[in-house]
Formats: sequence, structure tokens, C-alpha cells
Amino acid sequence: MDDYTFFDKVWDQHVVADLGDGFSLLHVDRNFIHDLSGTRALQNLAGQGRRVLHPDLTFACPDHTVSTAIDAPHTGDRYEICVDPLRRLAADQGIKFFEIGKHGFGIIHVIGPELGLTLPGGLIVCGDSHTSTHGGLGALAWGIGASEVAHVLATGTVIQQRPKRLRLNFHGALQTGVTAKDLILHVIGREGVAAGDGYAVEYAGPTIRALSIEERMTLCNLSIELGAKIGMVAPDEKTFDYVSGREYAPKAALWDAAVAFWRTLESDDQASFDLELQVDAGRVRPQITWGTSPEHVIAIDETIPDPAEQSSTERKQAYAAALEYVGLTPGASMQGLSVDQVFIGSCTNSRLSDLRAAAQIVRGRKVADHVTAWVAPGSFDVKKAAESEGLHDIFEAAGLHWRNPGCSLCVGSNGETVAAGQRCISTSNRNFVGRQGKGSRTHLASPIMAAAAAVCGQITDVRQLMEP
Amino acid sequence: MVTFHRLVSVAAPLLRANVDTDLIIPMDRYLMAAREQMHHYAFETLRFLPDGTDNPDFILNQPPYDKAEILITGANFGCGSSRESAVWALYGWGIRCIIAPSFGNIFYNNCFQNGLLPVVLPEPSVTTLAQLAGGNASPVFDVDLTRQVVTVTDGAEYGFEIDPKRRIQLLEGLDDIGVTLNQLAAIKRHRREDEIKRPWIYLK
Repeated sequence: MDDYTFFDKVWDQHVVADLGDGFSLLHVDRNFIHDLSGTRALQNLAGQGRRVLHPDLTFACPDHTVSTAIDAPHTGDRYEICVDPLRRLAADQGIKFFEIGKHGFGIIHVIGPELGLTLPGGLIVCGDSHTSTHGGLGALAWGIGASEVAHVLATGTVIQQRPKRLRLNFHGALQTGVTAKDLILHVIGREGVAAGDGYAVEYAGPTIRALSIEERMTLCNLSIELGAKIGMVAPDEKTFDYVSGREYAPKAALWDAAVAFWRTLESDDQASFDLELQVDAGRVRPQITWGTSPEHVIAIDETIPDPAEQSSTERKQAYAAALEYVGLTPGASMQGLSVDQVFIGSCTNSRLSDLRAAAQIVRGRKVADHVTAWVAPGSFDVKKAAESEGLHDIFEAAGLHWRNPGCSLCVGSNGETVAAGQRCISTSNRNFVGRQGKGSRTHLASPIMAAAAAVCGQITDVRQLMEP
Repeated sequence: MVTFHRLVSVAAPLLRANVDTDLIIPMDRYLMAAREQMHHYAFETLRFLPDGTDNPDFILNQPPYDKAEILITGANFGCGSSRESAVWALYGWGIRCIIAPSFGNIFYNNCFQNGLLPVVLPEPSVTTLAQLAGGNASPVFDVDLTRQVVTVTDGAEYGFEIDPKRRIQLLEGLDDIGVTLNQLAAIKRHRREDEIKRPWIYLK
């Protein structure tokens, strides 16, 4: 085993059976289920009279349809359709359910790592495309459809074809004002939203080693926007420090055994990849999306591209349609563009370090009069931790709304949406047509870029607000 | 599970890249509509005008394409969210086969769970097929999964590759869960051995 990739080592440890043609039946260590696909899958299973094989490895939390309003009653259609059956069926199947507004509750990709359920080398699935987030801790994690969720519930396994391996090597130190979000948006812009199709991505190199675990989660989160279901960073001392002492993490002798095992997981020196790409991270500047695909992204000091200058007819049409939808013109700068809403949250950027960074920007400043700005912490525990260090006071003093945890404005599935024609700078992951609500216009950026837009009332190069 | 063997139908060209699942089925519809009702909202934002009437410019609203069971589309079709309702919406609407240069991987997997055949062909072939379908009064194509061939209006044949396992799944309409449960003993054995190898995974 001296030429194995990190990905292959973890994959092989989970193979229950070789199904031929590159397909394997893989043991699932953690099956995270939420109130959309999880509820539907549990209902399917109940309809077939089937039981969950590994309820002890299954964890349920409603996050998509839960209101983030303070003092929300948590009743109504969405709860009756999505949340209540999840709670009831989880109880019936002996599955742990994290209750709204209690310790452990939050966005499923935030609470998994936070509770120590997500472990290096673990295999995690969830009926959600951003499951790749858990790769930040060195887990092999990907999103699946509702039928596949039902399969995992009933069999404790997932069927998957072995992907090819892509290693993205990052060199150089990030400039001031540049975050993990900018790094991955830059890669998506350069390579395109389909570049990672069919690959498991390993993020590697000195830049990645220097990133915190929360930054690595942001990076892995957006793997799917690169077209890759799986993105992962091999675990290191930072990972072990992050996991150590968490509620569900191994303790004492079991901890020592686990760490010894996890240390063997990194890619061997001789490991070969189907594709390797280099990224000069030191040259990356703060990013902002201008269109309706995450690949429609530029550095803040660049101008909006001209559809006429694109290579193919299809691309010309796509760029023109995107610009029409967002109401922008080619050649213009994104800087100075007035925004109506600001959203700091989602499984991409709602962790404590994201909130700290955003608070640093808005501290002592005021949200522009015409802007509505929301902060939705990723979990109950993130919220408590933020409040204990006074971040909520900073946000509220600046005029941002301090919300409860949930997916909220990232996807609008809880009824919280951006109105048609309104422009929102958002720390979430998708700027698709109608993603934040019918006719909404989304510009993706980092938490500090979103914070800068909130206080300036327009899209701004956050570096202008930072100490040199 | 439904099967797929051969399909003879009108083919509709919708040649755009990176069609995401939010566009195929908007979130509020995925959320509130029953699976059987999902097709009413397939491509909702493209298909209807703001006043709720059919958008006459949308190709799938125009005869003969309004009866198409084959969709010819651009690269990375079905990217984005994992929502399986995107497949339910298209299937419910009558789409049985989608031909594209590539697919979003989760969407691609979801197709096989629902009897919908995704066919991958090289980009130039897809462009040719879209032109043939778009410029023909009766653009009837023949998709044969048994032979792995798409036959188009001028008689030309386009062979396609598909994983044998997935081909059989569609031909025989296999239920994945039932098939996997035949291996229950192996699944349980793996877990027993793994509990010794990686005990920290298993919470007491």
C-alpha cells in the first residue's frame, strides 16, 4: 500500500461486496437524514413495511423547512409535511432526532462535524448535494437521491461506482481579505461547473494545510459546484485537534487507536491521480458571482464578461440570458452595485469562524438604510457560542438581524425568500435562477464580502474596509 | 420498478448547458407537491409566462415537441441539488429518455432509480441530433437500450455506452433494495468485523 490515494484507502475499507463494472456495495458509517429527502425516504420505507437496518448509525435533523425567525411557532404546512413525519418516523425506527431549538440542532452539515459524528475516514451519505462538506475532516462523503437514501436506510449500504481521482494542489498564502470561499469560487470559475464530473477531488498542498478545519469544510462544500460529488482533505493534526473532545467522538483508549488509524490515511507519495491541477492561491482575489451559475464568477476588481466574446454559441446565449436575468451589463464593474439583501449563513459559511470574520467587518459600522441583512448561524451550538462572545451584539448594533439556525435564504425551502427582482449578496452556494425565490438575483461571496456589502449598501471590495 | 427496453418517440431539442435541478423543479414545488403532481411544475419558470399561461416560445410547449418523450439537451444536465423530484417531474411529464453530452452525477443516478434512461453521446453528436430534431416536422427517434443504439430520422445510428449493471437494472426493472438485501449476511459480517477494526465508528 505505498501508491494508494487517500480516497482509495477510505473507499476500500468500506467495500462489502464488489458488484462488478466498477460498482461496489459500501458500508455507510453515518447516514444523515433531513426533512426533505430523509422524510420522503422514511415514508417510502414505511410504505414497504421495511425497517432501518442500522438506526444507531442514522441521525435525523430538520434543517431545510424550519423557520429561522426568532420566536417562530414551528407549525404549519411545511412542518406537517416535512418535519413532523421525520420526527415521528425517526422515533418509530429508533433513530436519534435532533429537536428544533435544542442542543445539537442545526444545518446537518454543520452539526455532523460539530457533534463529532463526522470522523476522518468515515463514509457519510445524506440526501443533499452538499454532503461533500464533511470531506473537510477527511471523511468520504457525498450526496444521494431520495431512493438511494431509502436504500441506505434499509440495507446500511450504498451502491456507488468508483470515481476517478482528481487532486487539486494549492500553493501560496492567501492574501488579506481572501477566504476559502474565494479560493473555491476561483477554481470553479477557472475550471467550470462540470470539471469535476466523475471525480473524487482531493484538495492538497501547503495552502490547504494552512487552512482551518472550518475553512476546509467551506472548500469541500462547494465541490458539487465544481461537478464533483466528493471533495476531501486528508486529516492532519488540525483535524484531530478539531475532533478531540466532541460529544460523539471517541474518547480515551479508543481515541488513541482512532488517531493512530487516521494517521495512515493520507495519500502515499507514489499515489497516482487520473488528473492533477495546480492552483496559485497567492494570486486569488476576493470573488463575486455575476450570473446564474457558480462558474459565472470574477474577482472583485474585474469587469463583467461580454457574451459576444465567448467561444461557443451556447455559451454566448447562456451568458446573455444570465445577464438579462440578473439585470447587469457586460463590461461593468460589480463594485458599486446596490444590494437589497444580505444573507450570511448556509452550510457553506455559517460556522463560528465565518461569523467572527463578518462581525469584524461590521463592528462599529451601520447597515445601509435600504439593505436588509440577515445572519443565520449554522446551528444551535454555533449560535450559543457566538452569543457567548458577544457577536450577536455586534451584528445587532450594526443593524443586522440575528436569526435562528437553518438553511433559510440559501434555498428558500422554509418560506424565507428573496423577492422577485431583489438583489441579494449571499454566502451560500448557488446563484441559480429562482434559487433564493422566484425572480431573485443572487451574488455569491464570502462572509466578509457580504458583511462589507451590508454596511456599504453596495458590492464593495472588502479589502477597502480592512486594516492593511 | 418500471422497465426500459425501447422507445420510439418525438425528440425535443433543448440545447443548453448546465440545466440545474432548481430549474427543472423549483424548491417550493418539490416541497409542497405530491410526487404524482410534480410534473405540473416541470421547468415551471421556462414553461409558463408570469400570468400562468403557457409560454409559446418554450419548445416543449410547441407541437410536436409537447408530446416528446425524448429530450436532447446540453452538457451537465441535472447539476446542482440532489432533489430526486427533478426526475419525478420529468418522468411524470412523459420524458423517458434524456440525451446529453454529460449529466450531473446525482441526477444521473436518480434516473436509474425511476426507469428514466440517460444517454451520454459526444457533444458533436448531440448537436447533430438536436439540429435533426429541431428542423424536422416529425422528429421521431428510436432509442433501443437492448442494442444500445439511437436511430434518428435519416436512419443514422448512434451507439452509446452504458454500464452493464445499470443497463440490466433498467431492462429488468430491478429494485435495488431487494437485490442488496440478498447480501444481508455479507453486510452483517462486514459490520461485525469492522466493529473490531474501527470500533470508534460504532456508538454505544
